[in-house]
Amino acid sequence: MNSTQHRDAEQPEQNSHGDASPVLQMRGITKSFGPIRALSGVDLDVRAGEVLAVMGENGAGKSTILKILSGEHAPSSGSINLEGEDRTFSSPFEAKAAGIRVIYQEPEILDDVSVAENVFIGSIPRHARFVSRHEVIAETQAVIDRLGFSSAISPTTLGSNLSPAQRQLVEILRALKDDSVAVIAFDEPTSSLSEHEVEALFAFIARLRASGTAVIYVSHRMKEIAEIADRVAVLRDGQSVFASLMSDTDESEMVRNMVGRDVFGAFDRDHTEAGEVVLEVKELTTADVSNISFHVRAGEVVAFSGLVGAGRTELAKALAGDAEILSGTISIAGEVKKLRSPIDAVRAGIGLAPEERKTEALVMTRSIKENISLVVLNSLTRARFVRRGLESGLVADYMKRLRVRAGSMDQEVKTLSGGNQQKVVVARWLARKPKVLILDEPTRGVDVGAKADIYRIIGELAAEGIAVVVISNELIEVIGLADRILVMRGGEIVGEVARADATEQNVLTLAISDSLDLPTNSGNVALEGTS
Amino acid sequence: MTISTGSPSPTQIAPPEDKSGAKSELSFASKFVARVGAQNLSLIVALIVLAAAIGSQNANFFSLPNMQVIGEGVAILGVLAVGQTVIMLLGGLDISVGSQAGLASVVSAMVFTSSGSAIFGMAVAIVVGAVAGLVNALIIVYGRVNAVIATLATFAAYRGVVNLVSNGSAQGYTGGDDVFTFLSLGKVAGIPVLILVFLVIAALVYTMLTFTDIGRNIYAIGGNKVAARLSGLRINKYVIGAYMLMGVIAAIAGILLTARTGSGQPTSGSQGLELQVITAVALGGCALQGGKGSIIGTVLAVILLGVLTNGLQILGVNSFWQDIAQGTMLVIAVVIQQRRRGTRAVGLPD
Repeated sequence: MNSTQHRDAEQPEQNSHGDASPVLQMRGITKSFGPIRALSGVDLDVRAGEVLAVMGENGAGKSTILKILSGEHAPSSGSINLEGEDRTFSSPFEAKAAGIRVIYQEPEILDDVSVAENVFIGSIPRHARFVSRHEVIAETQAVIDRLGFSSAISPTTLGSNLSPAQRQLVEILRALKDDSVAVIAFDEPTSSLSEHEVEALFAFIARLRASGTAVIYVSHRMKEIAEIADRVAVLRDGQSVFASLMSDTDESEMVRNMVGRDVFGAFDRDHTEAGEVVLEVKELTTADVSNISFHVRAGEVVAFSGLVGAGRTELAKALAGDAEILSGTISIAGEVKKLRSPIDAVRAGIGLAPEERKTEALVMTRSIKENISLVVLNSLTRARFVRRGLESGLVADYMKRLRVRAGSMDQEVKTLSGGNQQKVVVARWLARKPKVLILDEPTRGVDVGAKADIYRIIGELAAEGIAVVVISNELIEVIGLADRILVMRGGEIVGEVARADATEQNVLTLAISDSLDLPTNSGNVALEGTS
Repeated sequence: MTISTGSPSPTQIAPPEDKSGAKSELSFASKFVARVGAQNLSLIVALIVLAAAIGSQNANFFSLPNMQVIGEGVAILGVLAVGQTVIMLLGGLDISVGSQAGLASVVSAMVFTSSGSAIFGMAVAIVVGAVAGLVNALIIVYGRVNAVIATLATFAAYRGVVNLVSNGSAQGYTGGDDVFTFLSLGKVAGIPVLILVFLVIAALVYTMLTFTDIGRNIYAIGGNKVAARLSGLRINKYVIGAYMLMGVIAAIAGILLTARTGSGQPTSGSQGLELQVITAVALGGCALQGGKGSIIGTVLAVILLGVLTNGLQILGVNSFWQDIAQGTMLVIAVVIQQRRRGTRAVGLPD
């Protein structure tokens, strides 16, 4: 361990040659969250004056590696070498002091104060305890001018009046207001930017590169990466699987390296002949999704794939009556249903096991029994008194059927493992005998054994004639479970893949490809050349 | 470690990966704690310790007449605390309970005086209470006003209404009426009616919370309102219902107040009750975030507070100390609760 560091002596401008040794070397970075291993032995090098693109499927570990770099998480093992010295960052403050900046996708902006105060938050120049508004604005203007954004943002604009691009700009100004920056990382920076804003960002990144800063660029967008990156590194299942100069690789090689996760569970189930159409959605539009049309037949499992933020969870919420429907219709068994609230959806026979189990599905301080009987309780009463024998019998049946492992049905659900909690949520809806069951990330935070149980249960439910909708970030799960796969991007369905044709590669390509870009997808960069 | 292999029960046939299965084998002591609840058990222990401490200083403490004094002293507080428990289980709060009780007290006495019918006076008071509760609920649900702010506002406003209609002074004389006298001095099976009313209301609300779907849904809404909404529960109906129930219960407390004092009291006897009520409910183990708590805990806490007040009185402690003790109890109760939740000490609590 080195002792004292002297960052002031280390100006990034010193490393102005692209072929110098890496500014940042991350070696064997491993990170576990409880039993879940998010990263295992990731290596990452960035040189001064280059842009390294980091790619990977949802959950491949991209965000985790950035959080380790920014000091937000401490790695379980591995080393970080910055400008020739081994460093450990025990807080974001230390990483920042060492010259590392991470620009996150959704910056924290205070709505009621100016850009200037947002930029200097936490370090507003002051004399004794008095703040000079003039000085803050002048200093912010200086930073804006230095970085070349004079036409894009004014230091006096209020936070609440900023466009998504300007919000990101504030984050960039914050990051670069003091000039000792060695490494800067962008986490999917273009997701909310329009085309010319993307161009402005790229011009800025090019300037950073020219000034000798090492840039890490995390993105799903092939075209952007082709335009901006010098090298690419691919993560899969928390491991580094591929690294190459951009000039030596192409899109299909990158995608091939992103997919190919190990198959662990068995997805075998009888794909019975699908029955009548149960759920039919026509041109559904809400604040978050637009023009969604699809159907699910009885006995069918339809999976939604797509990147995080593609609008799948928002679609699920709309189907559960928890989002305002602006236009379009939802029909159950041929009958149009007006879903003004979840009450209507429950009545129509739609059940949702939401993605956020603990905060949106379970009453953590109550028992397994009370959580399972929640939506059928009024049918288990006589003169409003709960018929306890009836309730216990029903709960015991579903616990047995779904193999909920617990000491007793009176145990609080917060004492259960993730897998058993998920089974409780599914049991709740099964007790209601739904026509449509929507499972949003049913195996998130679930151990391998319980995952296999949940796959088996999904197969059984379909076999019983329930129309099952599964939303999952795990491609292998989507392909293994679904009869049909619908791929979403930017709030719209961009493609359908039948079970027989589904491969991780073609599903992922649909989810990330810019080649099918739609007019509403704002991140399209006019650059041809990659296939 | 030399514990023999025989420690897991031979009847335990759960597979080894079933970690939670081990919990079904509990010692008698932990089963007892689980059944009664750690919160209730600590209240009982505190009650015993407190009673022993006071009784050792003054043997009269344990006398039957003193027990009756304690019981009658806590009856009104207890009735209000039972209503407040329902509100707090939903994750709400009602600061206006004392003002509502004062309003009902004056209304019951004034209507009785002008109509000559005690029952009619009480009925009108109860309707007024229900309306006061409804107003609270409508402000909270449809005005989207935080429950603390909303009921702090009506706490002042309802007090203003009472003082306006009563001119700020006691109204009517109910001491000569049989029904009011029965409430204040009557006994059924040797138990004072005042205490009985408290126990009956506690038993009814306990039954509602424990045995009916309404109670279950109240716990579910307080425990996780998103989950409750996605499960199709009509949350607004429950919030409105709970505040109206609180209003009715506050009216009953006001009627008892009228009966005890022999006239409609705009402020005396009900002012400051909100602090005691919230202290009792928090002390009884109701989580301020909702979803956690019980009537049994609340009743035990009410008794504990009654014993404390009585003890300080018979030991001749300056009554200003009682206010300090009350405030301290509330803080301690909530600090213990938050410690149990394990929240980090950063910024304002949620």
